[in-house]
Amino acid sequence: MSAVMTSSMPTMSAMPAVTVPRSALGSKGWTAVAVAVITVLVLAPVLNLLVPEGSALHLSDYAVALIGKIMCYAICALAMDLIWGYTGILSLGHGLFFALGGYGMGMYLMRQIGRDGSYHADLPDFMVFLDWKTVPWHWAFSESFIAQMILVVLVPGLLAFIFGFFAFRSRIKGVYFSIITQAMTFAARLLFFRNETGFGGNNGFTDFKRILGIPIAQPSTRMALFVLTGLTLIGFYLMARWLVNTKFGRVLQAIRDAESRVMFCGYNPLAYKLAIWTLSAVMCGIAGALYVPQVGIINPSEMSPASGIEIAIWTAVGGRASLIGPIIGAFFVNGAKSWFTQAFPEFWLYFLGALFILVTLYLPDGIVGGVKKLLNKNKAEVEA
Amino acid sequence: MTPELMDAGTEALNKHLGAPSNAGQSGGRKASYGRVVEPDQLDVTHGSILYLDDISVSFDGFKALNKLCLNIAVGELRCIIGPNGAGKTTMMDVITGKTRPDAGTAYFGSTIDLLARRENEIAQIGVGRKFQKPTVFEQLSVFENLELALKADRRARASVFFKLNSEQLDRIGAMLQLIHLKTQAQRTAGLLSHGQKQWLEIGMLLMQDPKLLLLDEPVAGMTDEETERTAELFLSLEGMHSLVVVEHDMKFINELTTRGTNADRKRVTVLHEGSVLAEGTLADVQANDKVVEVYLGR
Repeated sequence: MSAVMTSSMPTMSAMPAVTVPRSALGSKGWTAVAVAVITVLVLAPVLNLLVPEGSALHLSDYAVALIGKIMCYAICALAMDLIWGYTGILSLGHGLFFALGGYGMGMYLMRQIGRDGSYHADLPDFMVFLDWKTVPWHWAFSESFIAQMILVVLVPGLLAFIFGFFAFRSRIKGVYFSIITQAMTFAARLLFFRNETGFGGNNGFTDFKRILGIPIAQPSTRMALFVLTGLTLIGFYLMARWLVNTKFGRVLQAIRDAESRVMFCGYNPLAYKLAIWTLSAVMCGIAGALYVPQVGIINPSEMSPASGIEIAIWTAVGGRASLIGPIIGAFFVNGAKSWFTQAFPEFWLYFLGALFILVTLYLPDGIVGGVKKLLNKNKAEVEA
Repeated sequence: MTPELMDAGTEALNKHLGAPSNAGQSGGRKASYGRVVEPDQLDVTHGSILYLDDISVSFDGFKALNKLCLNIAVGELRCIIGPNGAGKTTMMDVITGKTRPDAGTAYFGSTIDLLARRENEIAQIGVGRKFQKPTVFEQLSVFENLELALKADRRARASVFFKLNSEQLDRIGAMLQLIHLKTQAQRTAGLLSHGQKQWLEIGMLLMQDPKLLLLDEPVAGMTDEETERTAELFLSLEGMHSLVVVEHDMKFINELTTRGTNADRKRVTVLHEGSVLAEGTLADVQANDKVVEVYLGR
């Protein structure tokens, strides 16, 4: 990604010439984006659906499901990076926004089961089990895909906006903010655990059959969801990239470095923090909505304190304040997790803990920061 | 009209013109009456830009400011000295909205009540502040630091679509020249030396085009040469901006008060235990018995 240099007015001796440095996506960057789009849009479907199963090039359904899931996580990590890496606000509540988006999608999927559930009733199974005769008020729009998708954006967005408004207005910062986001997630988890809340309690939603009338488990549907997730991830990446390179993005970084100076420059940090916080929550909500049909289940465990911390770990391992870092981090940690939990199931948590300690000690800027440092060192050696 | 009457009229007119004016302290500017008060518009027709009266602040019973009164004139360069804990930084906190006083009034110009506003609003209406510890955006480049400080629409949406125009670019260029950081423009601000950070922060203040500058120990950690240059810069600002300089460095204070447009007539304020101990020219203040006592502990 080369810096595009825009030179100022013609240089006169009295007028100092200044250049505006802007790290835009250079030709190399755009090539990488194009390769990513082709991989997701063409290569993966062809390798999965057209290449026969015995071939060495075949992409297994297992791999599609795994990568699709990790791409959802990567969206969360990207969202976390915007709020934590760029604005310096560590949220441990992103698991909640992810789950809310997931539940929004899950409600629609539950209604799509129709009469194919174990009770052959119009209502979702868990409501029949609770002896409910009609759907509760918050399920009013659950039969409409469009309405639920609007809710997927609106509910996490609105919750984040209201919560953020009061938290930022009261100037809650640092670890205190992290703790109250964690507490909020935990409170929501307790609420969702209750059967009376109407979200399937402990078991949540599962056993989905269709999405938009199409069977959800068939390979082409899974591939479509995979492609959609991949394109969403790339889209969010480009949006984040654009945003952090605007003046808005630089104000966010300024808030991270010296919030008091930002205020005494005349900016009201509340508006900036609230905007990025809400955007970040909406991104997580969308990731959750993409995650549920691919994984086939959503329950309150997505709101566990550990899930919010894990998102932070992906971001830290990959590298904060670089946009590709959190995506790499999500892939690295989750890839390692799926391999470890198969090979050495008991040791996964030890490994995760060790990984976090090692990254904190030796790679404070994550994998991306470490690679950058290595490259710079090599370059310096070549030049010397 | 007869020629006699005309002569009498001329005579009367001349008499009135010759009489000493009783226009009062209107700062020699526009009339101080019969104008519409515009919100957020600085009104300095009374000649004073900052007016603190009876300000008291206490932290857990400790009186950081005790009935402080201060009046800064338009274009004045006022130095404020005082031993540690005299309340100099708290005074700045009150002016910039960081601390709410327990009692008192603070006005910017004669119409803007500073106590009713938040930090960012006070900054926008024209009060710039430099912190004791240089505070710049460490991860951003010098250029970006100045760009963020540049006077422009501060709202979030405006920032998303903000683009520097060539005039603003020139202003940043001129400022880089002025603060001697032109060659460092693309450097990360965190890598600058302490003195350079101080200069950058002063540059950021000036980018906001403030009417009143509050400078908390601006030459702390600077080399002699840098201090010299800072004094020169402040003296060049005198008249266009009003400056309040808090410093311990007496050589620097001496430099500021004995040179420039108002040389040797500039007022110095001595703070002690949260209120004004003495005010006058540097020579007067240094000769003041109470001041000597406070500083030497006699």
